[in-house]
Amino acid sequence: MSVAELLAGKRVCVCGGSGGVGKTTTSAALALGMAARGAKVAVVTIDPAKRLANALGLAELENEPRRVATNRLADHGLEVRGELWAMMLDPKRTFDELIDRVSADPARAREIKANRVYVELSTAVSGSQEFTAIAKLYDLDQLHEFDLLVLDTPPSRNALEFLNAPGRLSSFLDGRALKAFVRPTNLGVRVLGRSASPVLAGMRRVTGIDLLSDLSSFFQLLGDTTGDFSLRAAEVERMLHADTTAFLLVTSAEREAIEEAIWFHRTLVESGFPFGGVVVNRFHHDLLGDRQPEDLAATLGRTLRPELAARVSANFDDYHVLACRDERNLRRLTEALPARPLVVPHLDDDVHDVDGLVRIHRYLFASASERERLIADVVA
Amino acid sequence: MPRGTHTRPVFAGPGRNPPPRRGRAPATSVFSGAVRALLDKRLIFVTGKGGVGKSTVAIALGLLAARRGLRTIVAELASQERVQQTFERKSDSFREVEVGPGLFAISIDPERAMEEYLRIKVGAVGHVLSNSRLFHALAMATPGLRELLSIGKVWELAQFERRSHGASPYDLVVVDAPATGHGVAILRTPRTFADIARVGPIAHQGRTIASTIGDREFTGVVAVATPEEMPVNETLALHESLAREDLELDAVIVNALYPERFDGEEAADLASALAKTRSSLARSALRAALSEHARARRQREQVERLREGLSTPLVELPYMFADQLGRAELKALTDALEAGLALEEPVRS
Repeated sequence: MSVAELLAGKRVCVCGGSGGVGKTTTSAALALGMAARGAKVAVVTIDPAKRLANALGLAELENEPRRVATNRLADHGLEVRGELWAMMLDPKRTFDELIDRVSADPARAREIKANRVYVELSTAVSGSQEFTAIAKLYDLDQLHEFDLLVLDTPPSRNALEFLNAPGRLSSFLDGRALKAFVRPTNLGVRVLGRSASPVLAGMRRVTGIDLLSDLSSFFQLLGDTTGDFSLRAAEVERMLHADTTAFLLVTSAEREAIEEAIWFHRTLVESGFPFGGVVVNRFHHDLLGDRQPEDLAATLGRTLRPELAARVSANFDDYHVLACRDERNLRRLTEALPARPLVVPHLDDDVHDVDGLVRIHRYLFASASERERLIADVVA
Repeated sequence: MPRGTHTRPVFAGPGRNPPPRRGRAPATSVFSGAVRALLDKRLIFVTGKGGVGKSTVAIALGLLAARRGLRTIVAELASQERVQQTFERKSDSFREVEVGPGLFAISIDPERAMEEYLRIKVGAVGHVLSNSRLFHALAMATPGLRELLSIGKVWELAQFERRSHGASPYDLVVVDAPATGHGVAILRTPRTFADIARVGPIAHQGRTIASTIGDREFTGVVAVATPEEMPVNETLALHESLAREDLELDAVIVNALYPERFDGEEAADLASALAKTRSSLARSALRAALSEHARARRQREQVERLREGLSTPLVELPYMFADQLGRAELKALTDALEAGLALEEPVRS
């Protein structure tokens, strides 16, 4: 089974998973593979390694996809029949562009962007990366220029963060929570410092007048635009739930990553998001199989001096522990998820360049027999 | 709290339990070098790229401190409750749970932190507020407030006098902080919030917490990295980000380091043996050995990058070739951490 089959008929692919499992590389590799097969693909990366970014020609200054020169890939044995486009997400810029688009006029947009609440909101705050990633994906989807969009997701502490954060921010921007605090009058918005309500009095005491004032002017500035946010939010939700969308889980074989992947899958399913499959990276394949290791040292002793043969044998015991561990964790995954995982072995060389990308893509797109051959190359 | 009034711990020496640390008597530490510097602090943030083993290192640090007689709590920020899972306790959000002798764990949920904060700070009105869904929605949605509440709870845990009703003070709070990007943001949040809110209790709180974080005798920051390109990149960048906040890394823990089992010459022998051997089992073993050699070598290139890029003490923790990280493995890691922190001296630049 290959990732091409998982993505057949899909227009949007969201690669989710915990940090450090190779999401960015997987996103880029599968985008490359689909482009090789003739599709016009755009991949939105979050935080690629410098060399990978260079390889893909990702300029930091732009916040739009740029076409990747794929003719060089021919040197690595890969012919790209379609088109590969790539970009690195800039959350702040994405947010600013969003404000520009929904604001009544440029002057108001400037005011919003200068508001201190907005500045905090659009930069380091938890959820802003997730929100802008999805916002960007939606914008690209609306362009209808690409056959496939691949989104690399931010390294959230947990999957729920990624799924919840956009909704949380949308609600905030929607101002639903604050409608009671922002009361438009004919003279403009009044800061509710004079309200008799104990809740509001308490709010004031806890957060301070200035914060309330900033918040209310923020919402006043957004004014009519807040309606647009909830409309967009609804459309974004529809895109994420469409049957042309696939959530691909990326994980490593380590226990914590597997547990998170299982949990992510459960959350996806419960929320009705379309689960598309799972990729397991950095896997240690079992090299021992049914064979007996007893005569290993002796066999090795035929070509190595005894002390070295003993060390190789001891190392193999350690490797076998890792392989057993990975196999066990993989079994845990396959028992919990209704999908055959796509397994990519642990590659010793650096994968953060074009070569690595091409290698990984081979594992993702291999047919069953090709896969067997590739793994045999790595293991024996 | 004005600077310079933090007490120093009184230690009776390794292997003996120290007297309870409630008094204000000045004291001396029997630790040497970096261990003294790090474990004498009251608050340590452990951060690093996702997947490098931050939580494990935070736990090992907690075990090390508890082993030395420090009443320690490992605080996990928001969700997952991994720390308590490691000790196989039923996860109980927001309670200080004893997981070993002198070692406690807590999972800090911003909503519960807010409820507690309101109870303590605002009294009767607090009750009304915390029951108000509107206020709740506002508070949880206000940018940065969740982070401020979480770090506020961390601050409270580290105080000599607890604000939380009936709670006992700790000698050390180890924070299993969010991954690098958010990790630095969360350290920045109190000051940012103080700037935004300007006046009022939250601004005041923000400033107080910011000042505590900025007090290097009180607070330490430790980065965890696996010796791989991306985590090392992030650690070097973290060093820069912290410098912008007038903070410094106290140590970098290099986790999951492969042992150097074969030298270059031996690797060449293995490669030629691989070309000659027809036994598939032997071939597999040779490939595994060559793989180990390649990884160990690449890892050391990355450790070198860290050494060249930072003057921070590095502590190396070995890769655990185990089915899972059980008690034995945790003990081994704690031992390695102890050895690493005591021996490594910062490079004087």
